[in-house]
Amino acid sequence: MTVEKVLEFIDVVIVYDNFPAVAGATFSVNAGEIVLLQGANGAGKTTLLRACAGLLPIARGSANVLGCDLRLDRLAVRSRVGLLGHANGLFQDLTVLENMLFWSRLVGANRNDVDQAMDAMGLSGRLSQTQVAKLSAGQRRRCALASLIVRRAQLWLLDEPHAGLDAQGRDELDKTLRAARDAGATVIFASHEIERASALATRSLIVTSGTVKQA
Amino acid sequence: MKKTAIKTAKRRVASAVFIKDLRIEARSRVVTNQVLPFAGLIMVMFAFALDNDDVLQRVAGGLIWLATIFSLFIIVQRSFAIDTSDSALDSLRVAGIDLSAVFFGKAVALTLQLIALDVVLIGAAFLLYQIQVSALGVVLLVTCVVCATTGLGFVGTLYGGLTAGTNGRETLLPLLLLPVVAPVLIAATRATEAALGSSGAEISEGWAWVGLLTIFAAVFGVGGSLAFGPLIDE
Repeated sequence: MTVEKVLEFIDVVIVYDNFPAVAGATFSVNAGEIVLLQGANGAGKTTLLRACAGLLPIARGSANVLGCDLRLDRLAVRSRVGLLGHANGLFQDLTVLENMLFWSRLVGANRNDVDQAMDAMGLSGRLSQTQVAKLSAGQRRRCALASLIVRRAQLWLLDEPHAGLDAQGRDELDKTLRAARDAGATVIFASHEIERASALATRSLIVTSGTVKQA
Repeated sequence: MKKTAIKTAKRRVASAVFIKDLRIEARSRVVTNQVLPFAGLIMVMFAFALDNDDVLQRVAGGLIWLATIFSLFIIVQRSFAIDTSDSALDSLRVAGIDLSAVFFGKAVALTLQLIALDVVLIGAAFLLYQIQVSALGVVLLVTCVVCATTGLGFVGTLYGGLTAGTNGRETLLPLLLLPVVAPVLIAATRATEAALGSSGAEISEGWAWVGLLTIFAAVFGVGGSLAFGPLIDE
């Protein structure tokens, strides 16, 4: 049985602010994996995740994500990946439901998809009518994750997804990521919380000075 | 078939962005509670400074459009601050949507806010400067407001996108935008003067200036839709 590769980087160099933030990274990720990126601050984890989402140009090497060659076309992959960085990408003045409806309208999802995503992240009921600015950090994170579910991303790219969540929120997040994997998505996430993240991940990669090694 | 689907998707994105921007404004009331009083104060301060009814009636058109352009800076900065505060602009980029649709959605929302602002400013000019307008002048004035604010909406959205996320964008935006909107200031002022009959200007003289405003809006509408995506992406 052949395993489908959703991501393959070969000797990839990414220059960010005139600095080679990723310098010769070679790794691949198979469909259905939950891959943890470990590494110190500034090692290049965030740059790698942003490059996988097609947000940063590939200066050298070969980069293929979900069948799209990132050196030729960085835009094609974007509608198929979901990136959650340090920020949540939400509109503070809108309610949770309004944020969800906005993102669903952008990608052509329907109200049923929104309700399901909000249920999955525990955002139904009173919380759905609450302005995002009035939510706790954990609730905002859950709202951001719900918007990724609505976008039906095939590849989830998460930067410190556990940050700001309480114990219950972290458990729910782990459950959501496993459910996303079971539904056919692939997850790559960066985390400093090695113990929890390792339990969640099916494989770990270590990012050091812009290079990637198997843990 | 594919073309129709792309058009439908563009319309869907543009309307979502348009509704989102107006909904945020309706909730935060920044234009109503801050920009409108600011623009009104500009009109009042000019009335104090010039303190001469004849002069005020002559320059009323210019004062209305100066107040509009100063207000434009605040509205554009506010509009893009909302999008960048929690990296929502990054999320829009990675959503894989056509960013030209985002451009149109934001520009139309901005234009509507500017039209509402101009209605109040023109009303204030009638009260403060005792200007008068004929029925034909009203037609010219309304057309001028629609064309000028559309141009300002397009150019404001384009330059707002250009400066979004840059350091010192609060000062960079007026610095970049003022020279570009100078033709709008000149043409809209002349057309408004013609509509109001200031300095003996005839109404017929105003339509040529409206033509220039239309060309400006068309150029920045097309140019903006082409450039906005790559600008945001960089």
